[in-house]
Amino acid sequence: MAEAQSEAIPEDPLHRKLGMTDDELAAVVDELGREPTHLELAMYSVMWSEHCSYKSSRAYLSRFPTEAPWVLVGPGEGAGVIDIGDGLAVAVRIESHNHPSAVEPYQGAATGVGGIIRDVFSMGARPIALMDPLRFGSLDDARTRYLFEGVVSGISGYGNSVGVPTVGGEAVFDDTYRGNPLVNVFCLGILPIERLVLARAEGPGNLAVLLGSSTGRDGIGGASVLASASFEAGDEAKRPSVQVGDPFEEKRLIEACLELLDAKLAVGVQDLGAAGLSCAASETAAKAGAGMDVDVARVSKREPGMNAVEALTSESQERMLAIVEPENLAAVLALARRWEIRATVVGRVTDTARFRVYDGLFDAIGVPGENPRPPIGDEAAPVTSDAPPIADVPVESLGDGPLYHRPVARPAAQDTLQAADPGPQLRDKFPVGSDLSGELLALLATPTIADKSWVSRQYDHQLFLNTVAGPGADAAVLRVKGTEKALALSTDGKGRFCRLDPRTGGRLAVLEAARNVACSGARPLALVNCLNFGSPEHAEVMWQFSEVVEGMSEACEALDIPVIGGNVSFYNASGDDDIHPTPVAGVIGLIDELRDRPPAPALRAADDIVVLGDLRPDLGGSEWAAVVHGLDGGMPPLADLGRAGALHELVSTLVRERSVTGVHDVSDGGLAVALAEMAIAGDVGFKVELHYDGCTPAEACFAEPASVVVCCVDPKETAAVCGEAAAAGVPARVVGTAGGDRLIVKGALDVALADATHAWRDAIPALMSRET
Amino acid sequence: MTVRIGVVQFPGTNCELDVQFAIEHLGGEAELLWHGDDTTRGVDAIVVPGGFAHGDYLRTGAIARFSPVMRAVGEHARAGGPVVGICNGFQVLCEAHLLPGALQKNAGLKFLCQTVDLRVETTSTALTNLARVGDVLRIPINHFEGNFVCDERALAELRAENRIVVRYVDNPNGSLDDIAGICNAEGNVVGLMPHPERASDALLGSDDGVVLLKSLIAAATTRATMLV
Repeated sequence: MAEAQSEAIPEDPLHRKLGMTDDELAAVVDELGREPTHLELAMYSVMWSEHCSYKSSRAYLSRFPTEAPWVLVGPGEGAGVIDIGDGLAVAVRIESHNHPSAVEPYQGAATGVGGIIRDVFSMGARPIALMDPLRFGSLDDARTRYLFEGVVSGISGYGNSVGVPTVGGEAVFDDTYRGNPLVNVFCLGILPIERLVLARAEGPGNLAVLLGSSTGRDGIGGASVLASASFEAGDEAKRPSVQVGDPFEEKRLIEACLELLDAKLAVGVQDLGAAGLSCAASETAAKAGAGMDVDVARVSKREPGMNAVEALTSESQERMLAIVEPENLAAVLALARRWEIRATVVGRVTDTARFRVYDGLFDAIGVPGENPRPPIGDEAAPVTSDAPPIADVPVESLGDGPLYHRPVARPAAQDTLQAADPGPQLRDKFPVGSDLSGELLALLATPTIADKSWVSRQYDHQLFLNTVAGPGADAAVLRVKGTEKALALSTDGKGRFCRLDPRTGGRLAVLEAARNVACSGARPLALVNCLNFGSPEHAEVMWQFSEVVEGMSEACEALDIPVIGGNVSFYNASGDDDIHPTPVAGVIGLIDELRDRPPAPALRAADDIVVLGDLRPDLGGSEWAAVVHGLDGGMPPLADLGRAGALHELVSTLVRERSVTGVHDVSDGGLAVALAEMAIAGDVGFKVELHYDGCTPAEACFAEPASVVVCCVDPKETAAVCGEAAAAGVPARVVGTAGGDRLIVKGALDVALADATHAWRDAIPALMSRET
Repeated sequence: MTVRIGVVQFPGTNCELDVQFAIEHLGGEAELLWHGDDTTRGVDAIVVPGGFAHGDYLRTGAIARFSPVMRAVGEHARAGGPVVGICNGFQVLCEAHLLPGALQKNAGLKFLCQTVDLRVETTSTALTNLARVGDVLRIPINHFEGNFVCDERALAELRAENRIVVRYVDNPNGSLDDIAGICNAEGNVVGLMPHPERASDALLGSDDGVVLLKSLIAAATTRATMLV
């Protein structure tokens, strides 16, 4: 290590520039028994970052229930995988790309889509669906409109071109996200079970083949820390660390990798994401209990003068690492040629349990493969056979980052916040007998509730001919070709509820996603979550985090839904303010037999309207109180897990039996908005009476109770539906009928269907065409 | 006799499996034709499906027209064999000069994925021989560059020779004369922006595209019979 020693860090506290604490550096020195080299330090700094190591959140994540007989792969792999029968499995993953999207919305969102797709096909699954839960500030703000437009174009531009349909998602608008939009991406893939592979570098002597794009200086260190550190003299290239997506490269990578796995030419495959090659190569080796030697000279670089640190930590997109037995190398290279993707042997599996990086070793020891030259004249260092490694660390130590138990404190203002119930004020403002017509129209025009076709029209949501229900449905429904089955998917989560009471908010996120899936007639099989929070260095944020995890876990246990994967995104803040704690739950449900289209969230003329579940007066966190009237305190709706489970079972059964002609869950905007949305979708009005004990007409209309579903029922079936509800212990009430061209809640509101439709349909296009 | 329909696959094509699935669902037989092979392997009809042939970072279809398979597709077309270009396939056929005109960005400068109404304008083509003039079909579009343009002479010719195959009832993208699809003078080469394969099963919302795909299978059968 003589030469490496000379490179060892001097007194300059480089580790801090790389985002490592003094204690973390001490841990590295302790692990190695010496000072780390530049490269080693760079690798540890990225691998031990919050993003890669989950050092602040890991202690809590073990709380999630993760097991069920149908779970094939749980958290911790590229994607979670469940068995859906018929020899098929489904791979699912969710991730955030919040910060890149805040800096460069188009590429931030595009590369988020690219990354999540690679996670899914690295398991051997063909990605068949994307969903994008998005959160932005208010669309009144010009910069927010720029971010919204850019993110949607990025998802559209990448997803459509790479050939994975975007079948659903959310767009939620709240000032808390003004400076820090949330761009979460969810991907689902399907695979024959026998193609399932794990990212394992098994078998000493096997080769690590880098597939896809060449390696550039983009996204080095995953953050600006590296770009601001002076590593070498003449550090001319301080590029912005923006990653740029290339969906055409990714499309060919998908096809090539799936062919590779079909032909059993790879032992394991892993995508290169955060921390680039150093993460992918060390992780695959660590998981297999093996070691890995990497030759940085073999990495195909985009420009001359790139050093080992850059090559090893670059986050250039569209790259995969395949572990290949030497006798299969020729076939792998031929397959790569056919799909016109680069394939380079960059590493070799060893039995040393060490992760070692060399510069120019493989030519010397005769590892097969070309030594690629960069496109523009780079005079690489001369290759010598006795060059020492420039990094040499225990392979599992990179992935074995520190574990923090950060301080946790309930915010001092939490009680005040919860006590600020908007109910009394709104009761004064809207006493019984008030005309609420204008309130309904205002709600229908809030961007969170308004029609999102401006978004979904830009997404290909039909490719692969699976989409039975797409954007706009409570849950996306995808048929599974070759079977009678279908999958139902929904992502949900409401930051405002979590801010008021994070544990209840965590429960509500799970309940809403599960309720949506139930509305398509499915039973939930698994959940993935994306946990978007503020700074973990704030004790209040860690309290929110621990409470949300607890709430989500309780709901998952009650509904028997295993958590098969997730992602934590900390440090989301607008200025000095942490965002509202925003967990997004993605639930995957299975419909065993889908012969015809499930009932839509729409009314049918002359049918009865039946409300399942109980209304409650709580307005805390509701769209009406918080957005329309600016009252953002109070308590979120109750999340009674037992009642929720009974309601989901009932709704799922009614839908499966086709006992209802339309079905829609009550969420943002409450019952009146749910009814209005069904009226708009069915192009027919309604006339209902909403007399609920303890609720004023306004509360009955606009509160957002957790477990309520509206059904449209053929009058001949109404008695039977109510009977089934009674047997299930779910309150059911026939509140009126569908018909006419007005939306009427007796004694509360009376709105022309055409006016409601315009308010709902025109809101987002009108905002997006604003000049100022 | 077995009718074989070839579906061209460029590296960035993404609707090839959908077209294959829909044709086989309707009793046809479909096989993929790799863009790098200079042959159509004797198929009776060809579909150039949707997608992003070579990424389409340049003008759509500008690179695809040089793929070896396109020489063979041209030969098949000039010999009277049925060829249908859907979406990106339509763009490729225009670039390859098998059809006149070009497709520019949608008037609204946004990608559009939505179901639209199409009116059948002629039945003397490989794609509409089983339909009726005036039929209105609900079929999805899915494109950024679907705004058809051509010069005045070409438009006059298309009109005079009854070569406008389908028109939008409510023009979504600014296409000249509401044109959604056109054909060559012989009617054996058809290009259209909407995706008939996406309207081939009522479970997915519409089966109005079935009549078009069945027309193609019928054209392939006629072709096969002729050649026997």
